[in-house]
Amino acid sequence: MTGNSANKIVVVELGCANTASVLFALERLGADAVLSSDAAEIAAAPKLVLPGVGAAGFAMSQARALGLVEVLRGFERPLLGVCLGQQLLFETSDEGDVECLGLIPGKVTKMVVPDGYVVPHMGWNTLEPLKSDPLNDGVTEGDYAYFVHSFVCPVNDYTLTQSTYGAPFAAMVRKGNVWGCQFHPERSSATGSKILENFLKL
Amino acid sequence: MLARRIIPCLDVKDGKVVKGVQFIGHEVLGDAVDMALRYRDEGADELVLYDITASAEGRTVDYNWVRDIARALDIPFCVAGGIRSAEQAVKCLNNGADKVSINSPALERPDLINELAEMAGSQCVVVGVDSRELDGDYYVHQYSGDPDKIRAAGRRTLDWVVEAQTRGAGEIVLNCMNQDGVRKGYDLKQLRLVRDLIDIPLVASGGAGAVEHFTDVFDQCDVSGALAASVFHKKIIHIPDLKRDLQAAGIAVRI
Repeated sequence: MTGNSANKIVVVELGCANTASVLFALERLGADAVLSSDAAEIAAAPKLVLPGVGAAGFAMSQARALGLVEVLRGFERPLLGVCLGQQLLFETSDEGDVECLGLIPGKVTKMVVPDGYVVPHMGWNTLEPLKSDPLNDGVTEGDYAYFVHSFVCPVNDYTLTQSTYGAPFAAMVRKGNVWGCQFHPERSSATGSKILENFLKL
Repeated sequence: MLARRIIPCLDVKDGKVVKGVQFIGHEVLGDAVDMALRYRDEGADELVLYDITASAEGRTVDYNWVRDIARALDIPFCVAGGIRSAEQAVKCLNNGADKVSINSPALERPDLINELAEMAGSQCVVVGVDSRELDGDYYVHQYSGDPDKIRAAGRRTLDWVVEAQTRGAGEIVLNCMNQDGVRKGYDLKQLRLVRDLIDIPLVASGGAGAVEHFTDVFDQCDVSGALAASVFHKKIIHIPDLKRDLQAAGIAVRI
């Protein structure tokens, strides 16, 4: 399972923790997945996954330091941002007041919740598909996915699936060759595996 | 709707799940990976894997079994036991753990919570609190993994949970020691007090013995999750049945 096969997936390593679980999930599905921070290897990848845990400001400064900002902006094959990785696809984030990749229109904002709601939004929440797309093929209303986040992407024309915690937010997004999942498909059991499998089939 | 989480806790020693927290005469229940997958199949929402001897023996978790579990498992899991530095915590996360739980080391050096939150983000940082009622108030205990070393940490529980949140904890697991192991129900009074003081997720631990204990803790204490060990390991409660009963009681659970 090495080499530059057409099914090779490069998981972008920004130095934020928790890239191993994404890699392992792709391996469980039989994908030829590697971790990389190398701009040339990332630029040449047949497919990219941009995972991320932690803060948007730190992740963007890592991406800049590694020379990856323009590589990611110019990437023309399928790219999937996961969790913080989805947030980085948007224009800006209020988390550290940072400019992100700008691949999807909209602004990432701090989650506003009613009294009595706890933040982070942590745990299994239901998905509400809004548009059908190859990525959410087989995902039905009420399927659960595992979320951990305090900032949210807006529901707009690019939202495939929303979820609700106090207010609706974008759980899956797409613009052209760029997709995102706010939840962790690698930790979302059968539903998550289906979504990753859909990405592998793109 | 966000589901309430059911969280089995596995006490791990050398990659094997053992029964109870006693040091002497513990019984091996099975391989950690096998048991983690069994609970995943039964519908556990998350697992806590607790290295029962790490903290008292002054060593940190063995990252090899963390990686083995991360490779096999597709639900979130938290690693607890002996994480003493932010570097060690990040190593756990890099090996595929979703969260790390710190308990005694956070009491020895509370700055550890801040350091961890800065390096990995609050969402990965769980602070475990072992709390015991004494003379009408609640006090934090440390080294609860070892009956010979356990001692009061000299802090009020209600102060410590607020400090942990302020320092950057993303979740609190409150283990109510008066209830622990006796299966008479969660400490609803204490959990409600803590719930009202913090605005990060709270997980109840200690005392689960019957389905109604779970119903009560979700209904009365508004906790995000309920952790239990022996009732699941001894098959007193079967998770699919528990979730059906919770759903029938109007509690949001993932089925």
